[in-house]
Formats: sequence, C-alpha cells, structure tokens
Amino acid sequence: MNIHTTPQRTPAETALIDAFSDRLSLLPGDGTVMLKRDDAIEAIKSGLPTRRIESWHYTDLRRLLTSVPDFDPTAAAKAIAPVVEGSAVLPVLNGVSSAKLPDIEGIAVQRLSEKLTDGSIAPGLDPYGADDAIGALNTAFVADGYFVDIADGAELDKPIELQNLQAGGQTHVRLAVRVGSGAKAVIVERQTGEGAALVSSVSQLLLGEGAEVTWLIVQEQPDTATHLAQFKAHLGKNSKLTLFVMNAGGKLVRQEIVVRTTGEGADFTLRGINLLAGDTHTDVTMVLDHAVPHTASTEVIRNVVTGRARGVFQGRINVHQYAQKTNAKMACNTLLLSDDGEFSTKPELEIFADDVVCGHGATVTEIDHSHLFYLMARGIDEKSARGLLVKAFVAEVIEELDDEAIVEALETRLDGWFAAHG
Amino acid sequence: MLEIKNLHARIVDDGTEIIRGLNLTVKAGEVAAIMGPNGSGKSTLSYILAGREDYEVTEGDILYNGQSILEMDPAERATSGIFLAFQYPMEIPGVATMEFLKVAMNEQRKARGEEPLKIPEFLKRVKDAAALLDMDMAMLKRPLNVGFSGGEKKRAEILQMKLLEPKLCVLDETDSGLDIDALKIVSEGVNALRAPDRAIVIITHYQRLLQYIVPDSVHVLYRGQVVKSGDKSLALDLEANGYAGVIGQAA
Repeated sequence: MNIHTTPQRTPAETALIDAFSDRLSLLPGDGTVMLKRDDAIEAIKSGLPTRRIESWHYTDLRRLLTSVPDFDPTAAAKAIAPVVEGSAVLPVLNGVSSAKLPDIEGIAVQRLSEKLTDGSIAPGLDPYGADDAIGALNTAFVADGYFVDIADGAELDKPIELQNLQAGGQTHVRLAVRVGSGAKAVIVERQTGEGAALVSSVSQLLLGEGAEVTWLIVQEQPDTATHLAQFKAHLGKNSKLTLFVMNAGGKLVRQEIVVRTTGEGADFTLRGINLLAGDTHTDVTMVLDHAVPHTASTEVIRNVVTGRARGVFQGRINVHQYAQKTNAKMACNTLLLSDDGEFSTKPELEIFADDVVCGHGATVTEIDHSHLFYLMARGIDEKSARGLLVKAFVAEVIEELDDEAIVEALETRLDGWFAAHG
Repeated sequence: MLEIKNLHARIVDDGTEIIRGLNLTVKAGEVAAIMGPNGSGKSTLSYILAGREDYEVTEGDILYNGQSILEMDPAERATSGIFLAFQYPMEIPGVATMEFLKVAMNEQRKARGEEPLKIPEFLKRVKDAAALLDMDMAMLKRPLNVGFSGGEKKRAEILQMKLLEPKLCVLDETDSGLDIDALKIVSEGVNALRAPDRAIVIITHYQRLLQYIVPDSVHVLYRGQVVKSGDKSLALDLEANGYAGVIGQAA
C-alpha cells in the first residue's frame, strides 16, 4: 500500500495563495499573461522549495520564509540619490513605476504595467527551470517595473539607475532592458527600502551584437526584508557583460544569476561581494550556460562573514557539447570573521565539450596575521588594521571595475557598511 | 635608548629557542650594526623588538627609554617611536599605498595627541620624501608593495621610516636585493635620519652597507647572543677574515 502525503501548507504558502486571490483583479495582463500567472501560482501551491531540491539545498525557502506581509498600497517611498552621481534615475516606488518618464537620447522607456497589459512581455514570464520559485512568485504577482530599450549604437554618457524602493508589505517588480547592437551602457539596479517586506525582483537583459554593458546590483535592504531576486541575461555575438553584485543587507536574500551566451565571442564577467552581518541568510546562485563556441567568463565572489550570518554561493557552469573553446574561471573567497558565521560554497562544472579551459577554486580564510603585524608595526591599532584588511579584501574586486566614478561610488557604499557593522 | 638585558626568546609554535641571553645597549644618536652568520637570530631580534606574536620572551627584558616594552603590542611600540624596516615587506592587495601612509601617519599623530595632517600637507611630505629616495609617485598609487621590485619595496620602507619619524629605527637586511645605485640612495636616506635624539640599529649580513652608513658600534650575533662588540673596524675585520675567527673565540 502506498501512503501519499501532501505536506501541510506553511503560513507563508497560505498567505501567498490567499494574497493571489485578493490581488488577481488588480493585476495587469492580457490573456496570455494571466494564464502564465495561473501556472505560476499553481507552482507555488505545490509548495515552496525545500533543501531536498538540489538548487535550494542551502536555502530551504519553505523553512526560512516564516511570514509574508500583506500588500500595503498606502505605503509611500521616495526616490533617493543615485549610487553614481549624475545617473538618470528610474524609480519604482513601493512597486509602482513613475508615470513621468525621462527623455534620454537613444533610450525608449516604457512602464512595465503597459507591457503586461498588452502582453508583449509575456515570453519573459516563463520559468527558466523546474525549480524556479523566484520566477514563479514574480510572474504570479508582478504588477510593474520598467522596460528600457537602448537603441543600436547608442553610447550612454551617464548611468541609468533602476531604483526599486520598497516601503514595507509586498512588492513584485520586473526590470527589462534590451541593449541594441554596438550600444554601450552602465546600469545600476538599486534594491533597498525601509520596511518589513517581501520583495521579488526579476531583471531581464538582452545584449545585442557587440553591445557592452556594466550592470551593478546594489542590494541594501534592511534586516527586516526578504529579498528574492533574479537576474537573467542573454549575451549576443561579441557582446560583453560585466555584472557586479553587492549584497549588503536583507534578512533573507537569494540573488539568482542566470546567464546564457548565445553568440560567439560573448564575454561575461561576474564580480560579487557579500557583506554579511547579524542573523541573516544570503544566497547567490549562478547558472551560466556557455551555449556556443568561443565564449569566455570569469567569476569572482568575495564574502565577509560576521556575527551569526550565513552565506551561500552556488556557481554552476554548463558548457554545452557544441561550445568548444570555452574559457571559464570561477573563484569564491570568504573571510570568516566570527565563530558563529558560516559560508557554504558549491562550484559545479558540467562540461560536454572536449576543448575547453575551465577552472574553479574556493578559499575560506581569516585575516592574514603577517599582514596585520605589518600594519600594526606602523602604528595602526589592531581594530583599524583589521578594518583596513577586511575592506581591502573586497575593495580589490571593486577596483577591477576600472571606472573611477563607479569605483568611488561603490567604495562609499562599502564604507557605509563598515561604519554600521565595523 | 635601547637596553636589551639577558633576553631569551623562542618560537611560539615549536618552542625552539632562538635568542639565548642577548645583551645589547644602544644610546640615543648612535648607529649600531648587528652582524652575524645566517641563523644567528638577527631577524628574530628585529621581529621581537617590533612585537611580533610568533615569538615569546621567556627571560630578560627590553627597555626602551627605561621602560619595558614587552607588554606593548606592535602598534603601541610603533606609536612610541619604534620602527622596523622589514627584510621582506608584505604585499597587501587592496590597500592603497597612499591611504596606508595617511592612516599610519595620522594614527601616530593621534597617539601623540596631535591633529591629523591636512591633505595638502600630507601630500607635500610624501612628495618630498619620495623625491629624496628617487621614487616615482605613480608607484605610490598602487596597492601597498604589490608588484614592487625588491629594491622598490626597500625604498618604500625607508620612505615610511622618513614619514613616521621614529626614534628607534631597526633596519633588517635593508641592503639585500639592492643594486649599487639603489644602495647609495637608500643609505643617503638613512644617513639623513641620523640625529642626536634618534638611534638606528642596522642588521646586516655584509659589510657592504656599512661603507655607506658608517656605524658607531658593531656587534656580532651568534647563536642568539652578542659574542663580540667593537667599533667600525670590527666590520672590516669580519669582511677580511669571516665570522670563523670571532665565533671561534666565543666558542
């Protein structure tokens, strides 16, 4: 006799399902979009992922997501100064885009609610795999965000900052950017706010031939927020994407990075820093597909773990059979500064081609005592010397970005974190 | 200024005794050279003076201006005026050299109850010191010692010494890895720091450096003890006859 049991729904699962019924009449979308929303909520009804699902092994969402706040349409958020001075800001305030769109040469901006209403964003709402819980959550509830279209050959002289500011409650936002062939842009994805919130945010990036983009994710949620984010990109022929991710906040954070090289000569660089403090959980999970020959990628993740914080980095690189001459290199380095902190790192290389160069490495260290001695021997007291060395450990990754304004802006964020947690 | 009395010290990790009853006195204004064959404890002595935790003093004392420094951590020793120019300066990626210099100078000023340096004054001091040592300012924009050649690292040490204005300078094998031109520049840098209220301890393997920085006293270190002391002629004697004679007398 088989006994088949369906686990009882958690309060969070029940809250999400109830919220969907309540919100349904308010959600924009044509027939196709609404069907995809139905599929997505069905996926959630079958249960949030647990540690039994491999890609969620270190982040048992079902267990960790203990409560889901209600939507709070009255909550107000105000746009803030951009990370890089002089950026054009596109704010999403408490889940709602601005009706006043900036007029920037070479860029067409649309509110995402319109793209949902007319259904043109529908293909992007599909899940990327069987266990795409963040995609499902977002597809079910997404109501707004932006679609930014950067014209072929446009070279933006200032960054665009996509500002997602939560004000408590739930916000589900989608930020879609298409970069035309030969275009160049710096895009900042800012994720912050002030409330006890559940945020889902999905970014989609399409890079045309020869396009060059630096995309900076600056996540500084308060330690009352659950932040579930996904960044998905397709890299066309000879395009170049530098993705920088900084996690410096949030109670429960999962940042997924799903990248696919679709054109030969595409080049992907991932640099990430996770600054972890308090009793928090932060997970960065990357799935990178080298799907065509002659593409390259490097990934460097640096983590600073303090307090009782837990961190995760999963880096999966799939090199398809046809993708000869792939060059991929991944490293994850952790500075563990407390006895109660922990970091789990899982590199996965799945290689079906036979002529490739792929490597990965992971280190977990404490502060180097000979470095500490050297600084102290110059009169720098132990606390300051430690601070300098910890900052140096992550600043090294920032400095690789090789753009003075960006480096300075990010180091300011870094100093802010150290001032609050040093 | 510096009095080392019957010092015994061992490596914390494995308990090996390196310094075995060392006595040495260096007065203010004096330049003392410490020479000795490999493994005699020269570098260990420099680390112990600077306060490295890998070594443990088991007996004896180190007095600096009459006060024991054994309970002071490396930063406290540095702010009280002790400076060690490292034989192998650490490369520290991610720490910009200029930022490091600024923090170190201001931490020392803070410890002495002085105001932090204003940026223009700081830059002027660094520029002047760099010019004297024939150092390129571009080098100082790089991370601390990263990618510096052996000679550049040694110059950077002397630059730091100049900027921090210590009272007791300990130079550990500062001549190693320097070509003759660099040796002259570095020596001039050190000579410029000679002052009646400052003592300089030069640890070296060869007499070569002492042609340029003429010492007031020379001490031979062997098996963790000073086995012979003399004036500058002792260094010449060692150069001509090797350590065997001196060590033989001691044994």
